[in-house]
This record gives sequence, structure tokens and C-alpha cells, in this order.
Amino acid sequence: ITCDSVNMAPNSIHWFRKGLRLHDNPALQEAVRGADTVRCVYFLDPWFAGSSNLGVNRWRFLLQCLDDLDSNLRKLNSRLFVIRGQPANVFPRLFKEWKISRLTFEYDSEPFGKERDAAIKKLAMEAGVEVIVKISHTLYNLDKIIELNGGQPPLTYKRFQTLISRMDPPEMPVETLSNTIMGSCVTPVSEDHGDKYGVPSLEELGFDIEGLPSAVWPGGETEALTRIERHLERKAWVANFERPRMNANSLLASPTGLSPYLRFGCLSCHLFYFKLTDLYRKVKKTSTPPLSLYGQLLWREFFYTAATNNPRFDKMEGNPICVRIPWDKNPEALAKWAEAKTGFPWIDAIMTQLRQEGWIHHLARHAVACFLTRGDLWISWEEGHEGVFEELLLDADWSVNAGSWMWLSCSSFFQQFFHCYCPVGFGRRTDPNGDFIRRYLPILRGFPAKYIYDPWNAPDSVQAAAKCIIGVHYPKPMVNHAEASRLNIERMKQIYQQLSRYRGLGLLASVPSTHNGNGNGMAYSPGEQQSGTNTPGEFHFFFSLYLKLQTNKAYQLFYFLKCFKKG
Amino acid sequence: KKRLLRKRFSHYYSEDGAVDWRQLPEEILLQIFQYLPLLDRAFASQVCRGWNQTFHMPELWRCFEFELNQHASSYLKATHPDLIKQIIKRHSNHLQYVSFKVDSSTESAEAACDILSQLVNCSLKTLGLISTARPSFMELPKSHFISALTVVFVNSKSLSSLKIDDTPVDDPSLKVLVANNSDTLKLLKMSSCPHVSPAGILCVADQCHGLRELALNYHLLSDELLLALSSERHVHLEHLRIDVVSENPGQQFHSIKKSSWDAMVRHSPKFNLVMYFFLYEDEFGPFFRDEVPVTHLYFGSSVSKEVLGRVGLTCPRLVELVVCANGLRPLDEELIRIAERCRQLSAIGLGECEVSCSAFVEFVKMCGGRLTQLSIMEEVLVPDNKYGPDDIHWEVSKHLGRVWFPDMMPTW
Repeated sequence: ITCDSVNMAPNSIHWFRKGLRLHDNPALQEAVRGADTVRCVYFLDPWFAGSSNLGVNRWRFLLQCLDDLDSNLRKLNSRLFVIRGQPANVFPRLFKEWKISRLTFEYDSEPFGKERDAAIKKLAMEAGVEVIVKISHTLYNLDKIIELNGGQPPLTYKRFQTLISRMDPPEMPVETLSNTIMGSCVTPVSEDHGDKYGVPSLEELGFDIEGLPSAVWPGGETEALTRIERHLERKAWVANFERPRMNANSLLASPTGLSPYLRFGCLSCHLFYFKLTDLYRKVKKTSTPPLSLYGQLLWREFFYTAATNNPRFDKMEGNPICVRIPWDKNPEALAKWAEAKTGFPWIDAIMTQLRQEGWIHHLARHAVACFLTRGDLWISWEEGHEGVFEELLLDADWSVNAGSWMWLSCSSFFQQFFHCYCPVGFGRRTDPNGDFIRRYLPILRGFPAKYIYDPWNAPDSVQAAAKCIIGVHYPKPMVNHAEASRLNIERMKQIYQQLSRYRGLGLLASVPSTHNGNGNGMAYSPGEQQSGTNTPGEFHFFFSLYLKLQTNKAYQLFYFLKCFKKG
Repeated sequence: KKRLLRKRFSHYYSEDGAVDWRQLPEEILLQIFQYLPLLDRAFASQVCRGWNQTFHMPELWRCFEFELNQHASSYLKATHPDLIKQIIKRHSNHLQYVSFKVDSSTESAEAACDILSQLVNCSLKTLGLISTARPSFMELPKSHFISALTVVFVNSKSLSSLKIDDTPVDDPSLKVLVANNSDTLKLLKMSSCPHVSPAGILCVADQCHGLRELALNYHLLSDELLLALSSERHVHLEHLRIDVVSENPGQQFHSIKKSSWDAMVRHSPKFNLVMYFFLYEDEFGPFFRDEVPVTHLYFGSSVSKEVLGRVGLTCPRLVELVVCANGLRPLDEELIRIAERCRQLSAIGLGECEVSCSAFVEFVKMCGGRLTQLSIMEEVLVPDNKYGPDDIHWEVSKHLGRVWFPDMMPTW
């Protein structure tokens, strides 16, 4: 910061990445505070739009968010500046052109984001620009959680909950940007703003929108704020805050669903947190809501915390918390799963909904994730995460998506692997009538509820009546689920028993657990790094060595010692 | 290690205090090498002739795991082909404990057979054929596999442990196994070997009286087999693992007489019976009608309330029960009955089931501290007027004598 800018009112840039909102945006407030001018920018790298890396639903959602921001800024005599190009390339020019002395943005905890932001901070410093960063995408300062846990992120949700209950509660949301808050701060807008800095359309980005159905999930802060009111109304009306029972209706997109809005930051997690707290206190007339009330928000926080210091979080290789499982490389099988051609209507209907609308229920995610990985196809979770969910899911942010994939594939987080989601039974128990299937797989409409989940078992007459012959109009099932699950449970058992050196016959004891002590309180777990515990046993020694070495050297050491001891 | 060496071998130090590693006695070097992973050991062997010699000492080649992976089908690295050649050339007669880990490609399975066929000078004690993904041994021409396997059977003559799950092994090759290794065979794992018949496995049980561990599919299980395993000449059986897998819906399974199980228990009172079920709900007809001495029970697909009720009545030796799924009717009575009748139960896992919180607390109270593994998915516990979802874990922890929480799945 130069002498001059201390005395002069700064020209600010607020850099939108996530946090696409004007409510509860402390960094935006800092941009405006005492400033002469403020310009809100969003960088669109056109290079991304061309590749099929991100799906059309996500792009449309994003563009709608940007449109909404622009329209809300107009009400404050400001505009959104959508800039083509990479921040690192464009910022120096903008700093000069607009005489910028202050840059603000919301903190991004993901490893890639931190790296990018460090580079930008350096650029800004060199240009004499003050940088102000505020935490508002997460409820807590994640580094504090990690510090409280001895320098490592908690690897169990229970441990995470214990840690945050010891911390100060999340900060209250700050006021929405208003004319009052803007004060004398203005945004210089040129005549040709629309041409230079306007929000592009899907066509301009190279998408073919012919026949594109209207968005089931409309993007934007305005929509988000309407939804949260509806969401809370429904909760209050139900007057119970327990986990709602899963039923057929839950599978469909809900007008009170909030996850994509949280991901893009159209809805502030702090606002959601406080509104939930308020409502609970009103309805239940007690002052301390249980942690389970914030389930959706806290799981998100948990994965953000687990990922923030781990650039390999979305990989199996070189990821200190991920078990190396000998997944199969099978591009044909992967394609069938991704394109909803597995021959299992439950799986295919879910994948169809995902592709068409960009959202599926979280238990539906469990079902398809399990099917791809440890349940049936034995394909790596990285394939499901990177090419498919990241592309198609509106609310898939990097940390939550990768973390959930690892969890569901039993690759981390001490998850028991005995529970397998059956691609026939689970769907049938959720929606016995099969309406979800009929809605997304119209070719199967003619099947009665009895056969709609396993149409290959239907007699020829039933198939003929349904005008759908299995193997002709709809694929045969790509695996025998009974055989596949037998094989896979054996594989998982082999892997975990090797890791834990467990020699017994029990299935449950293969997976290390932080809860199952010997009656002497919590047993030591390498992931938790608790101080003052007992000497770790052999399993813990090797598991922690495995974690520290970040390679499979410890794993190999296992083998050789095992062989040696046998000899 | 450095300190130990310093003390005992001080005369190996040169004037400036540095250790002369070349002077280390072979026995010490051998010990050190045994702790090194293969790759590091291989690097060490290139340092000098002495270390190279140690690298090739027989003791370091008793155990080997051949990892056979193709880049196109696996993320894992494979054992280097040159190393494999070296082993066959210089160390095949040292090998005693060998396993093959293959990925889902036929090439890997073929490579395994190729190596097997060359193990003519081997006297193996242990052989394991392990497919880490899809069972690629099944893709091979049967005769090719059988002839490779037979080389080992005929030449080893002292096989103690054999793992050949998911392979095309057949009755004649089992006869060859028995003819050469009947005195030494202790462990045989052959789940999912579709070319074996009940007669084939009976031959093994009849001749291999030292057999202590056996794993096979239910279609191979017969009354005769159990009686053979309980004959006077037979040692006590330690583990019997049975996989019950449905090939086609509505499959009919044969039943085993109670008297056969009784004979097993009389002969081997401490034996563990591990049963894994992968059946449709309506295929459980012949099971759990009479007392069965199962100790570890896994239901890998949905099992009905009624069958779980029968489990309580017929499985007094039950140690571990794992239920993958049941459905939406509470299992309160069934669980209580299991707590009452299965007094050895120390591990239970429930997924996609429903149990009322009160019944669950009752269950835990009855089992008490003997439950060392309690893995219950969060959604299983249905709150009632006595307990809510947030306080159930305190009640359970109280009765267990340690802190306990249900298993959670993330809200994705």
C-alpha cells in the first residue's frame, strides 16, 4: 500500500468466484467500505466452455447466477463485469486501467484455489494493491479446526462434531449490500458495458441449446432466497426436525432444495445456519439445537476441512487418506454406467435424471456410487468423480464430491464395507410402485411394479405386453449382482485385512474403528492424532506409517514382514 | 540399528569413524534386507558383489508374491518380467510360499499359468491364486489352467495351503492334488469353482485328514462331506466357510441334515462355520429350519424378517451377524430373540434395516459388554417415545461400557 492510497479513497475490485450473492458477503462489503469506486468482476475462461468438461446444466446455472447478480447490482446503480480470460493474465491490466488499490474476494479453501489466490496476491502486492480476503463460504475457519485437532483434519464425522462444538459458533451473516452501505461508492459503467462485460449466453459459449428443456433448478441468489423461505416453511409445518423419511417423492427435484445454491454461493451458509437456529428455537422453545439440525451444512464443512490441505484429495494414488484398492480399468463398463445403459432400471433412471436435470437425491448418489465401485462394477471412484459427477452435478464441489466418493467406495474415513446398496432391492424399497423409473425411462412404462426393477425376470408375455423386450429395447443387466457382490465383498475384505493385519474371521473387525475400544474410552486412531494415548498396536503402527509415507511402502513392508514371519 | 551395530562391530570402523559397510557379516545384512521392500533390496544388491550375494540368499526367496497387472486393466504396477525370469532361473527351488495376484485381464492370468508351469523344482508349501478384480482365471481355456496347476500339485508334494477361489479347477485336478499332497494339506479355499462337483470335494475330505480350513460354495456341501470331515481319522476342523449364491431367481437349494451338523460339532467342538448368503428373499426356504452351528453369518442381500426370526431360534453358536438389508419393518422381536438365544454373539452389523430405539437399547442391555463390534447405520435406529436420535448413543454407550455412536453416511 502506498502513501497515496492510505489518504485517497481506493478504487476496489471485488472478485466473484463462488459467493455469487449480495447478502452476507463480507469481502464485498470491504470492497465498498470507504471506496471511491467498486467493480465486481467474474472471470470466464472461454477455454473451459468448449471442452465437455462441464455440462450444459452447470453452465446454464452459472450464467443464470451471473445474470441475477448483474440485475441485483443494477438496482444499486452498479453492474457485474464478466471478463474473458485467466485472472493471472488480466488482473495486471485491470489494476492499471482502473487504478485499483484494493482487491477483495471470498476465501477459497480448496488446494487449487489457494494456489491460484497466492499467485494473485503476489501480483497485487507487486502492483501496490491491498488484498482483503474474508471467510464466508464455510461456517468456520477451517484452519482453526485443523489446529484444534493437532494439525490434521478430523477423519471421522464424530470427531469433527466434537471439535466444532468446542469452537465459537459461526459468525452472523452480514447485511445485504444496499444503497446505504454503498454510500458514496459508485461503479463507472460505460455505454458499451454489455458488449465488453455483459453476461454471455449459452450459445455464445458454444453450446447447442436446441431442444434443451427448461431448467429444473434455476440459478441465482434471488431464487435461492425464495427457496430458503419455502424450505423453512416446510420444516416449520412439519414441526419436527428429524431426518425426513425417504419416500418416492424425495427422489424428485424439490422446489425447496438448496444444495446447488450453497455450492455456487447464491445462498450463504451462515444465513441458512442462522435461519435454521432461529426457527428451531421458535418451534421447540429451547435454546440449544442439536448438531444434527445442521447436518447438510456440517457434512459440507467436514469435507472442506478434510480437503483443504490435500491437493491429492481427489486421487487414490499419493493421497495419504485413501486406501489403494485394485480397481478395474474398464472403459466399456464405465460408459454403460455413465450413459444409463446398465440394464438395471433403478441405476439407469438415476443416471438419466442426473444427466437431464443436474441433481439426484443423496441416497440415489449412494446407490449409483456403490454400483460403480465396491458394489458391482469394481471401477475406480475417480472415474465417477471426475468425468461424470463433476460434469453433470449442479452441486458437486470438489471437496464434497471427492470426499463422498471416497466414503461411498469405502476408500477412506473408516467406513464399514458390509452394507451394499442392491441395484434392485434398494430402489424397490424406496419406490415400490416404480413411478421414478417410468418417469425417467419411458421405455419401461409398460412393466408392472412387480417387474419394473428387474425386467429381465419378467416372463416373455409381460415383456411383449410392455412392448419392451429385454436385450432388444432395453439392455440386459450388465452384471449378476449376487455374484458381483460376493466377489467384491471378498476383495474388500482381503484389502482391509491386509491393511489391518487382522487374522480373525469377523467381517466387521477388519475395518478400524475409533468407537470400538476395549471399554477404556476411545481407542487410538492414527487419523485422529490424539495426544496421550496408549502405544499403538501393530495395525495402528502400519496404518499411521502408511498415512505418513503417502505411498504404499508401508503396505509393501507389511507383505514382506508377513512372508518373513510365515517363513 | 546404527547403535546396535556400533556396539557389536566397533572393529569395522575406519579411522575417521565411518562404518565400513562392506564388512558387515552376512547374517546381519540378511536381517536388514528382510525388512527392506523388494525395490530397495534390489537397489541394495547393485552396490557391491557381497551385497548382491546376500540378495540371492535362499532365505530371502522363500516367499514371493507375483503381481501380474496390465496397464490397460489396472492402476497397480506389476512385478518386473526380468525379475520373474531371474526368480525362475535362480530361485525356483527356494520358493515355498507363493501367491499370484492378477488383475482382470486374460494376459495376467496367462502369465500366472506360465510361471506356474515352470515351477518344476519347487516344493511349495503355500500357493495362492488371487484375482484382485474380475476373475480372469475363469477366462482361460480350462485345460491350459489345469495343466499349469497340476505341475505344482505333482512337484510340490508338500502343499499345506491352497487358495484357488474363482478358478476353473475341476474334479480330476483335485484328484491329482490329493494323490500327491494328502498328508500335508491343511487349508483349501475354493469358493466359486464351478467345475468341481460334490464328489470331487468329497474325495479331498476323504483323503486329506489334516484338512483344517475349507472354503467352498454351498452346492458342494453334502451330508457325506460333513461326515467325512468328522470321521475319526480326521483332525479337528477349524474353519469351514460356505458361500450360498443364487445363480437364478427361484433356485432350489438342497438341505443338510441336522445329524450331519451334529457330527461336525461333536468331532470339532471349537470349529467356526462362516456362511455368506447372496440370495433372493424367497430362496431361504431350506435354511434355518433346524439347528445349524454357524458362528459367522453374513446376509449380502436383503433377508426377510421371518428368516431373521428363524436365525434366533436355530443358531446358538452365533458369534457375528451382519445384515446388509432387510426392509422397512422393525426387527425388534427378532433382535431380542437373538440376544436371548445367541449367547456367544459379540459382533453385529445392520444396514438398511429398522429397529426401534427402545428395542435396540434392550438388545444392547441383554448382550452387554460382550458386544465388541456394533456397527449400526444411523438410519436403522427409529426414534420412539423413549429415545430420540440424539440421545440413543448415550444409552447404548452406558450398557456397552464404552463410547459408541452409530455409523454415518454423509449427506452428499
